[in-house]
Amino acid sequence: MIFPGRYSSLEKIAEFVTKEARESHFSENDVCCIETAVDEACSNIIEHAYKGENIGDIECTVKLIPNGITIALKDNGRPFNIKNFKPPNLKTPLRNRKTHGLGLYFIKQMMDKVDLSNDGSTNILLLTKYRETNPDAKNTQEQCIR
Amino acid sequence: MEVTTTALKRCDLIKIKGRIDSETASAFSDAIKKVLDQGRYHIVLDFSDVDFISSAGLRVLIATQKTCRRFNRGETVLSNLKPKILSSLDLAGFTSLFKIYNDNVAAIGSF
Repeated sequence: MIFPGRYSSLEKIAEFVTKEARESHFSENDVCCIETAVDEACSNIIEHAYKGENIGDIECTVKLIPNGITIALKDNGRPFNIKNFKPPNLKTPLRNRKTHGLGLYFIKQMMDKVDLSNDGSTNILLLTKYRETNPDAKNTQEQCIR
Repeated sequence: MEVTTTALKRCDLIKIKGRIDSETASAFSDAIKKVLDQGRYHIVLDFSDVDFISSAGLRVLIATQKTCRRFNRGETVLSNLKPKILSSLDLAGFTSLFKIYNDNVAAIGSF
């Protein structure tokens, strides 16, 4: 599905992905993780890739795999690099605690696999959550939902 | 998202209903700012009807606590956190920064 790149789309995107996750019998804890990661990722697309609302769209695809789920988020905004990401120091005293940087940290904590690529004009973010701790499962029967 | 503020004798009770995300965080912040601008720094945030909070909402929490605790003039406490909300706060390392209560009576009574 394609959603307008604005913050009012976040709830609709959440409904879309959590509906698929629940119908695929993910635990409620996993559904919460997926919802949080997708929300943070879409917020980052609007803020950092597009540098604002109503600049471009976000394409969201949910792919069910036998042992998990992969959400693909595509945008045509500025590419960004997550390789140099440093997790926040969660033990910093209040007065020194930074107010930014939690979004990407949440994405990496909530999902089992995070892949970001760019094909020249499109950023493609793949967020994967496995049901079990077996990310190397090779059953390739998949369903793709748009 | 809806925010309802009730001024009590020793603190202000701010009840939030709905999602706190990048769309609604500014309205959440504005509601708190109205209290702070009155020079009132003892705040209870009631999360009983909050279904979701993202890092945008957590930024508002941090900024609020920093303002309240400045010069030791006050504090923000949290009440009625649903498990998924508590889990997000814990993941962000926030549970050490806020007193958390199971109900409003205890939260209000802490002031």
